Parts: sequence; structure tokens; C-alpha cells
Amino acid sequence: MSANQNADHYYIPGPSPWPVIGMLSLLTTLLGTALMINGVTVGSYVVVAGLLLFGYLLFGWFSDVVRENLSDCYNHQVDTSFRLGMIWFIASEVFFFLAFFGALFYIRNIALPWLGGDGYLGMSNEILHQEFSPAWPSQGPGAVGGEYRAMGPWGIPAINTFILLSSGATVTWAHWGLKLNKQSHLIWGLTSTIVLGLLFVALQAYEYSHAYSELNLTLGTGVYGSTFYMLTGFHGFHVTMGTIMLMAILGRSLKGHFSPHNHFAFEAVAWYWHFVDVVWLGLFIFVYWM
Amino acid sequence: MSTYAAEHHDDHKPTGWRRWVYSTNHKDIGTMYLLFALTMMFFGGASAMLIRAELFQPGIQLLHPDLYNNLVTNHALIMIFGAVMPAAAGLANWMIPLMIGAPDMALPRMNNLSFWILPAAAVMLGLSFVVPFFPGGGSQINTGWTLYPPLSIQVGMSMDFLIFAIHLLGISSVLASINIIVTLLNMRAPGMTLMKMPMFCWTWLVTAFLLILVVPVLAGGVTMLLFDRHFGTSFFDAAGGGDPVLFQHLFWFFGHPEVYVLLLPSIGVLAHVIPTFSRKPLFGYRSMVGAMLAVATIGMVVWAHHQYTIGMSLGAVTYFMVGTIIISIPVGLMIFNFIATMWRGAMTFETPMLFAVAIILMFTFGGLSGVMLAVVPADMQYHDSMFVVAHFHYVLMPGAVFGLFAGVFYWLPKWTGHMYDEKLAKIFFWTNVIGFNITFFPQHFLGLAGMPRRIVDYNVMFTEFNMVSSIGAMIFGLSHLLLLYIVIKTIRGGKKAEAKVWEGAHGLEWHLDSPPAFHTWTTPPAAIELTDTYEKP
Amino acid sequence: MHFFVLGLGRWVVICIALFGANIACADYGINFPQPASGSAQDIYDIHMLTMRVATGLLLIVFAFVFYSLYFHRKSRGYKADQKFHDTWFGHWSWLIVPALVLGVDLTIANNANVVLQKVWVVPDDKNLLDVKVTGHQWWWEFDYLDHGVKVESRYVPKAESGDLYLREVDNRLVLPTNRKIRFLHTSADVLHAFWVPELAVKKDAIPGYVTETWAEINREGVFRGQCAELCGTWHSRMPIVVEAVSEEKFLAWIDDKNAAKVAAAAEASADKTWSKEELIAKGESFYNTKCAACHQVSGIGLPPAFPALKGSAVVLGPLADHLDVVIKGRPGTAMMAWGGSLNDLEIAAIITYERNAWGNDTGDVVQPADVKQQR
Ligand code: HEA
Ligand code: HEA
Ligand code: CUA
Ligand SMILES: [Cu+2]
Repeated sequence: MSANQNADHYYIPGPSPWPVIGMLSLLTTLLGTALMINGVTVGSYVVVAGLLLFGYLLFGWFSDVVRENLSDCYNHQVDTSFRLGMIWFIASEVFFFLAFFGALFYIRNIALPWLGGDGYLGMSNEILHQEFSPAWPSQGPGAVGGEYRAMGPWGIPAINTFILLSSGATVTWAHWGLKLNKQSHLIWGLTSTIVLGLLFVALQAYEYSHAYSELNLTLGTGVYGSTFYMLTGFHGFHVTMGTIMLMAILGRSLKGHFSPHNHFAFEAVAWYWHFVDVVWLGLFIFVYWM
Repeated sequence: MSTYAAEHHDDHKPTGWRRWVYSTNHKDIGTMYLLFALTMMFFGGASAMLIRAELFQPGIQLLHPDLYNNLVTNHALIMIFGAVMPAAAGLANWMIPLMIGAPDMALPRMNNLSFWILPAAAVMLGLSFVVPFFPGGGSQINTGWTLYPPLSIQVGMSMDFLIFAIHLLGISSVLASINIIVTLLNMRAPGMTLMKMPMFCWTWLVTAFLLILVVPVLAGGVTMLLFDRHFGTSFFDAAGGGDPVLFQHLFWFFGHPEVYVLLLPSIGVLAHVIPTFSRKPLFGYRSMVGAMLAVATIGMVVWAHHQYTIGMSLGAVTYFMVGTIIISIPVGLMIFNFIATMWRGAMTFETPMLFAVAIILMFTFGGLSGVMLAVVPADMQYHDSMFVVAHFHYVLMPGAVFGLFAGVFYWLPKWTGHMYDEKLAKIFFWTNVIGFNITFFPQHFLGLAGMPRRIVDYNVMFTEFNMVSSIGAMIFGLSHLLLLYIVIKTIRGGKKAEAKVWEGAHGLEWHLDSPPAFHTWTTPPAAIELTDTYEKP
Repeated sequence: MHFFVLGLGRWVVICIALFGANIACADYGINFPQPASGSAQDIYDIHMLTMRVATGLLLIVFAFVFYSLYFHRKSRGYKADQKFHDTWFGHWSWLIVPALVLGVDLTIANNANVVLQKVWVVPDDKNLLDVKVTGHQWWWEFDYLDHGVKVESRYVPKAESGDLYLREVDNRLVLPTNRKIRFLHTSADVLHAFWVPELAVKKDAIPGYVTETWAEINREGVFRGQCAELCGTWHSRMPIVVEAVSEEKFLAWIDDKNAAKVAAAAEASADKTWSKEELIAKGESFYNTKCAACHQVSGIGLPPAFPALKGSAVVLGPLADHLDVVIKGRPGTAMMAWGGSLNDLEIAAIITYERNAWGNDTGDVVQPADVKQQR
């Protein structure tokens, strides 16, 4: 079966069990989480079951896709669909982050000044929180979370910025290797990206434990702690996912799945990685620095 | 065609339960979406009937206050996320590939995932309702669909089920929207430019954009709520420097565009129904597209008109007021285009057209009360009163639900191959429209006279109009049983429908058999078929 | 087709008649109640204006649609004009229609803006009366900041309020006429909204924040409103009753309140030792007005937000902890600190009652002196 034969037909896959398995894994995971956070003990087992099912699903679904791709089912139009799909998926992720950045903006520029006696709702200060002055970082008039120290930008965060930016470069370098059909160039590019990704996650984990144990900066440290951990945590989760995706891509590269002209999966992951990179820059500026 | 079929994993229509559960066929998935929506409408409607029964007279007769407000919450969420959006997605699934000459949706497996997440969300929502009835299950969700903290932080564990249900619904909508955008951008028959695309496709393109941009924000908002509830964060707690109003901003940044998500697909249906039964091309195709883009853009930046009473500055309310009022321009242009399409047409009044006319009249009414609400000083009085309830049912029922009814009647012969029973359908239309008006018209008066919304018990001075409204609601509710009967009857048999069901219809979908083959447009439509449109830019 | 035209026609007639009626009569029960302040009058006028504009536009739309429905029907032999969109009108309507609508929009916005400028911002005034309005689950607290008077206002059960049920309270919000009043809204627990239609005042009460509105009442009378933001189980039971009286009567009322407060304080601090029966009797009545909204008359609460007191570990446990919870509240929960608004006698009575009612047989008796010591 040659590629040409498929070129004018859009590939429509046959019946597939993966979507419902996907649904079941999501349902199990979320159900388990809901039970777990309300102190029902079986919850955690349900979560684990859900996550295992999810892993199985990812593996199975993508195996199908890879198989179809390798047997030349996908023509140019299908490839375009995948690309557009990925672009709009990333767009939705951008707006997910926007919710959290928006919250940070609102808290810092609108809510806290009110509590501090500024502007239209300034009476809040006079009547309810007389001693409160709203300098950022803030844990609010209730001093929620107790004594703490804030996280500065020039230690680990700066190193992490450097790491992520370099990883953006290495993944691009790997892409060149792929386009020039240089296998070792590609493998090394990907491997170093993954190593940098892991390093980032490790440093982030270290930073968290440092913050918890020495700075007393926790999720409960007023709104500063809330926004800090929500934004960096959500981003860290994305880096972790990205790294896992890169590993899958590395595996496929080692098997020689990609050719200079057909490597959408690689590009999708690279886009995702760049997106995660850009978000980090936003974090570095707005969460750590300013 | 035969070479294509031969390459397939399956040459024939799959059979048994696998056909549905494992489906990758846009028609089957569309059918599932529609049936799911119909089922959910009965759940949402049943809660509405209980609400109206409780409000029939003053006093607390049937429902404990928490149960009442839990039903209000479920009613709204089920109707919006369970009935209207899935029904619109069902129409999209069925019709978009047929209309643009594509063999299927662009990403068929993901399509099935988008659908199957919905039942999962329904299970979570169901659990959130059921759990409080068990010992240790905590209190009921008495917050209304807006889930404002701090009240939503007081609620017991069922709130977590609801939050996760919303996450699931969000995932489903985003995946479905991605699929629709990709299909529309990438799968159109050769020669069909964007500006030749049928209007229903355009409305869905814009809707899908809106969904991708706003649903993640809602997901972010409820995630913060979850963290405030369980992990000690202070996003919505002033003591820690947060603000309960922040949640409202996040909710309505999603919520206002959402109402256009509900509206636009129905507008798309009208843009097909009205030309067909006026036997005349759609008036102002370009301005329609422009208006829609304007609605979407302005709609993204006026959300705070739901929050006039939270204490915004003069500048902020002025901005939100003017922005909101301005939306009447593009929406008015759409309504105008519809009337101009009817104007000097040769109209006949089959059921879809009856619904279309009713929508023009009643949606305009609802939209105009929307403009009244947009006026800040006056909204000091209207806000959170039954007047608002009247407004949004006037835009939601005609604007969204009746449009979907019109679409269902318009395309039902195409889907099933049978004509529906026109006489019964007309009876349904009249009981429906009259019942609707009896139900919701009096609520304007209640609101003006000072009855707040979301109250289980009211003072005797509000009795009369509430009684009228409740009686109307029973008529209205029962009329939907007729709809169910008509749909079932049409599926099971009836006069054979031709390929071109309606005399005045144009478009690719009418060049296929009724019902169409399992796989359609496996070879793209011919140039001659493509010229058969009612969109004349 | 007759069926169609006739049916729809009838519907329209009903509709217009109703809407017309709406405009014609400003009767209580169909439209806003008669305004009792200048701002409320302005707001009433802008409401009538937009409603008339809306009705006018609706009639125009109806007129075109019905004309077309009647004349442009296939059954009348009308032939569709396939070139209608190719006329000059078809080419330019995309501009004409928006321009016309913009004109109407700007008219509405402009008029609205004039009113908005007048009513939105609290005017500067030396003689401003500050009333802090605090929403609680499920009652209102009115605090006359300049006079040191506090009023707690709760709904009155049906047996006593009759036809005014859910619109009647035990203690009214007494306000002077012809004087600018600034309301400072806040909340002790969840969102509420203070709404009195006659004054056209509605503002959300947000815990931790203070929002403002104002009114200058121009006639004496009793004005009734309700809480307008969903605040949980008994959201329907938070009426607001404003009693507007002349300035003199208002000041006299303030003096009365202050005198009553002094007397109550004297009684409470008179280091008298009360008998258990006296305390329980007083405690029951205090409890039923102050505490029962959440913890219920039978002490079973509304778990989990409002725990039961019957058999509660706190109530049956050490007295000091019990006093502490009542006086200082429980931060982060709906339990407020009562130390500020209840005097020693009241707290002593309530605690004695709680520790002896509903089968909580601790037998403890708490005296005002004990409370004083614990504060
Ligand atoms: C399909 C859903 C839908 C649609 C289309 C709309 C459309 C509009 N809505 Fe509505 N709205 C809701 C659903 C919808 N709404 C819901 C669900 C709520 C309550 C949510 C909750 O609190 O639970 C709500 C609440 C709501 C509020 C908040 C009220 C309050 O809580 O105090 C406001 C305030 O501005 C508002 C305004 C508008 C406006 C200006 C439009 C405009 O888009 C309308 C535009 C249309 C027209 C104007 C008619 C046609 C135009 C002409 C004939 C041209 C001439 C017109 C003029 C010159 C004015 N809506
Ligand atoms: C698309 C959205 C949608 C739809 C279709 C509806 C449809 C209906 N709504 Fe809903 N409604 C909302 C969205 C919607 N609503 C929202 C967003 C709110 C705000 C919630 C909040 O405050 O948080 C709300 C709130 C709301 C209230 C206010 C409650 C309150 O504030 O106290 C009321 C009260 O009358 C009401 C009534 C109805 C009725 C009678 C219908 C009818 O149209 C329903 C008709 C349909 C059926 C009845 C189903 C089919 C038939 C059967 C089930 C057969 C059996 C019938 C009988 C036994 C008679 N709705
Ligand atoms: Cu207080 Cu509603
Ligand atoms: Cu809105």
C-alpha cells in the first residue's frame, strides 16, 4: 500500500475502544479524588486505578496512532488536522493559565489596594482592617499562614529560567537534526532537552521543600502563597507532562519513526515545550520578580 | 468510493453496542449527542417543574430550602451544559460534515471522547445531588449555578463532585470545539472558501472559538474554589488578601460569552430555516458573519454587567454599561437580516419556520429586556430579582432552545428518512409557545414588584403571578411529552422523505439521500453541487 | 394558514395588552413601588424610558414581521423577489441598520449616564448619617456609627406577622427623612445584598470588604425589601424594613435606644447573682432570637456549616472553651464573635440555657461576672 493511494482520501479510523476507556479513566480518577479529599479512604485506591487506566489509555491510543502513521494512512490533510488541533489545544491552555495570571493581577492591583484603603472600596480599610497595609507579597489582613519569607527571583528561579531557555534551544537543535536527517544529532538534542526538563522539575521540587521547611511559605500563606503555588505548581505539572512526552518522542526517534518530512508528533511536543517555556517567562517576571 | 471502503478496517456499518460505544462516525455520534440532550432536558425540566410547583403558592410545601436551591442549581447546569450545548453539538456533528462535503469530522476518535465525557459528567452531577441524602454526605449545593464563594465553601462534599463535573464538561467542550474548528478550517470541499461556507458552519466556528477561550477560565476558577475548600488557599477570602468577587469575575468572564455560545448555533439554524421557507437567499451573508464576529468580540469584554452591585467604580460601570448596550448593534443586525430574508419572500409555514418566526419575535423581546438590564442605575432594581429570570428565559428558550427545536424539525426527515407528523408538530409549537409565554411573562412583574430570585418562599403579595407562572409551566412542561412522541414516531416510520426534503432548500446536505449513507462525501462533492447554496455574499 | 395568523395574532394582542398595562399603571404589584427618594425617582424614570424605547422597538419589529407574514406568503401567490438583496438597500443596510441602532443605543446610554452620575457616588455632605449594614446568616445588623446604636433585625414568624410574613422584622431600620444617609455594607459570613425597592438601593455585602450606597429619603413611611443575594438555606427569611421618620423623631428614637442600652448594661453589670431559672428563661428567649437561625430552636443545627449544640462537645465540655467560642467566634467559619454585640448578662444567660437545654444536662450556671472575667 503506497502513500499515494491514500493521498486523496482522508483517513477515517474504524471503531475504537480508547475514547470510552478515556472517559472511564477520567471518571475514576476524579471520583477517587473527590472521595479522597473528603477523607474517604477508598478514594486514594480509586485514584490510583484511574491513573493506571489513564496510562494504559495513553499508551494504547497512541500506539494505534503510531501504527496507522507508520502504515501510511495519513495524508497531508490529516497531518494538517493534527497540527491545527494541537495549535487550538495550546490556545485553550493559554487561557487556562490566563485565569491564574488574571487572578494574580486582580489580587495585586485591585483587591489588595482596596483592603489597604485605596480607591472606591477604600472604606474597607477604615472600617474593617485598620492596621493593614497592602504591600506585595501579602498574606492579607488576617496574616493568614503566619510568619514567612517571600521567594526571591535570583536564586533557583533564575537558574531555572536559564535551564528552560536552554532546553528550548536544544529542542530546536534536535529539530534541525531531524530535518537534516541526522539521527545522532536528533537523539542528543532530545536527550539533553529531557535532562534539562528533569533538572528543572528537580530544582522546583527542591525550591518547594525549601520554601516549606525554611521560609514557612506554604499554600496557606495568604494570597501570596496561594497564587505562588497555584501558578508555579500548575506550570510545573505542565513541565512534567512535557518531559514525559519528550521521552515518548525520544523512544520513537530511537526506533526511527520520524523522517525529515513526516514528524508531526515531534513538532507537536516541541510546540508544547516552547509554550511551557513562554509561560515560565511570564511566571518569572510576575510571580518571582515584580 | 470502493477503493476507500476496501482499505477500511470495517467495510460495513458496525453492529451492536460497539457501533455506538466505539463509534467514530459523525452521524452516530451526533445522534448520541442529540439523544443525550433530550434525556437531560427531561431531567432539567423535571427540576424546573418541581421549582414551579413549590412556587405555586406561598409557604414551603414540597421542598426544603436547600433542596430547592439544589434543584435550581441542577436545573440551570443541566439545561445549559446537559441539554442546550450537547444538542447544538449534536447538530454540528450531524450537519457540518454534510454541509461542507467532508467525509467525517477531522478527528473522529476525539469526537467520540468529547461525547462520552458527557455521561461521565452527568454521573458526577448526579452524585453531587444524591450524596447529601446519605448519612455523612454533607449538605446540599444551595448556591445556584453561579457557585459564588463563600457560600460554596460552606457546602459539603457534594460541591467537590460538582466541581469535577464542571471540569469534565469543560474538557468535553474544549475537545469538541477543537474538533469543529479543525473540521471547518481543514475539511471543506475544494472550492468552498470560508466566505462560501454555510452560515450554520460559521456560527459554530465562532462558537467554538468562544468556547476554547472561555471554558478554561471557568475551569481555572473552580479549581481555585477547590483549593480554597480543601488546601487552605485564600483566593476568595479577604482575611488572606483574596476577594470573593474575584470568583465572580472569573465566572462571568466565562458566563457571558457562554450565553452567546448558547445563542449562536440557533442563529445558525435560523439562517438555514428562514431562507428555505422564504424561498429566497439569506439576506446579508457578509454582514451576518461580521455581526457574529462582533458579538463574539464585544461579548468577551462586558462580563461585569452581571456584577453591577458588587461595588465597582463609576468608570468601570460606565464602561461595562456602554459595552453591553452596544451588543444590540450586531444582534440587531442579525435580527434585521432575518426579517429582510423573509421580506418579499414566498413564505410557507412548516413547523421549523413557525419556530423561526417565534424566535425572531420573542428573542427580540428578551434581548430588549437585556438592554434594560444593562442600564446600571435601573439594574440596581432589577438585579437578582425575578425580572432577570424572565429576561434570561426569554433569551434562552427562544434564542437557544426553540432554535434547536427548529433545527430538529428541519433536519429530522434528513436524519431518519421519514417526514414527521406536521399536524402534531404544529400543535406542539402552539402549546409550547403559549405555555412559554404564560410561564415567563408574569415573572417580569414579579421582579419589578420586588420578588428576589432563588427564594423558596415568598410573601402573599406575589401569589397571583406566581400561580399563573406555575400553571403555564405545567402546560409548557407537558407539551414536551408531545415532542418526545413526535420524535419517536418519526424515527419508527412515516412518509418517506426525499433527498431534498423542503422545496426551497439549498446546500450540499440536500444532495444526499434521506437518510444519508453511513459514510458520505467519501469523494468530495462536484463543482455543480457546490454552487447550490443560499448563501449569496 | 388561517390557524397560524389567527393564533399568533391573538398572542400578540395579549402580549401587547399586558405590556401596555405595564406601562400605563405604576401600581404596586406590577411595576416598581412608588419611589421614596430623588435617586429612586430618577431610576424609576430611566426604567420607564428604556421600557418605552424597548416597547417601541418591539412594536417596529412586530410590525415588519407581521406585514411580511401576511403579504409575502406563498399561499397568497406571492413570488419571491430573488433580487431583493441586490438593491441599494441590500448593499447598504449593513451600515444603515447599525447606524440607526447606534443612535438609539447612545440615547439610552446618555440618559442612563446622567442618572448614573447622580446616583452612583456618595455625595460629600457634612451632615451625612453613616449606617453600617452587616449581613449575617440570616439577619441584618444595623450600626449607627455616629450614635453608638446597634439594631439587630430578624424576620418574624408567620404566626405573628400574618400577611406581612417574610416582609416584616422585629426591629426596624429607623432612618431620618431629608438627610443624606450613607450605607456601608459588609457581611459577617457569605454574600448578602441589601435591597429596598422604594429607595432603589441594592448593594452586595461582601465579607471582608465594605461597599457603599446612599439615599436621601423624601417622605415618611415604611419601606420593605428583602435580601437579594443567595446566602444559603434561609435566604428567603432576611427581610429589611425601613421606617422613615422626621429628623426629630429619629433623634428621639436614638436617645431612647441609648437610654435602653445604659439600663441594660446597668442590669447586666450589677454584679447580681441570678438564679438558674431566671437565666434559663432569659437565655431561651435570647437564644431563640440570636442563635436559632443557624443552630435551630431545637439545637440540632444545620450541619456541617452550622453544627448541632445538642450533645455538642463544646457545650458539654469545659466552660471556658464554650465561653471562648461565643465571645471570640471561630475564625474561618460562620461562627461570629458575639463579644461585641452581647452584654455579659446576655452571654451568661445564653450559655446557661445551652448547657441545660435539649438534654444537655450539665447543670452549670453561668453568671455575668464569669463572662466579664473571661473577656
Ligand atoms: C442565550 C442567552 C442570553 C442572551 C442572548 C442574552 C443577551 C443579552 N443579555 Fe442576558 N442573561 C442571560 C442570557 C442571555 N442574555 C442569562 C442566563 C442571565 C442571568 C445569569 C444569572 O444571573 O444566572 C442574563 C443576565 C443578564 C444581565 C444581568 C442582569 C442582572 O443579574 O442584574 C444583563 C445586564 O446587562 C444582561 C444583558 C443582556 C444583553 C444586553 C443582551 C444582548 O445580547 C441582547 C441583544 C438583543 C437585542 C437588543 C434585541 C434585538 C435588537 C434589535 C431589535 C435592535 C434594536 C435594539 C436596540 C436599539 C436596543 N443579561
Ligand atoms: C437553557 C437553559 C434553561 C432552560 C431551557 C430553562 C427552562 C425552564 N426554567 Fe429555568 N433557569 C435557567 C436556565 C434554563 N431554564 C437558569 C440558568 C436559571 C438560573 C439558576 C440560578 O438561579 O442559579 C434558571 C432558573 C429558573 C427559575 C428561577 C428559580 C429561582 O430563582 O428561584 C425558574 C422558576 O420559574 C425556572 C423555570 C424554568 C421552566 C419552567 C423551564 C421550562 O422551560 C422547562 C420546560 C421543559 C420541561 C418541563 C422538560 C420536558 C418535559 C417533562 C419533564 C415532562 C414532565 C412534565 C411535567 C410533569 C409537567 N428556571
Ligand atoms: Cu442574605 Cu440572602
Ligand atoms: Cu451577560
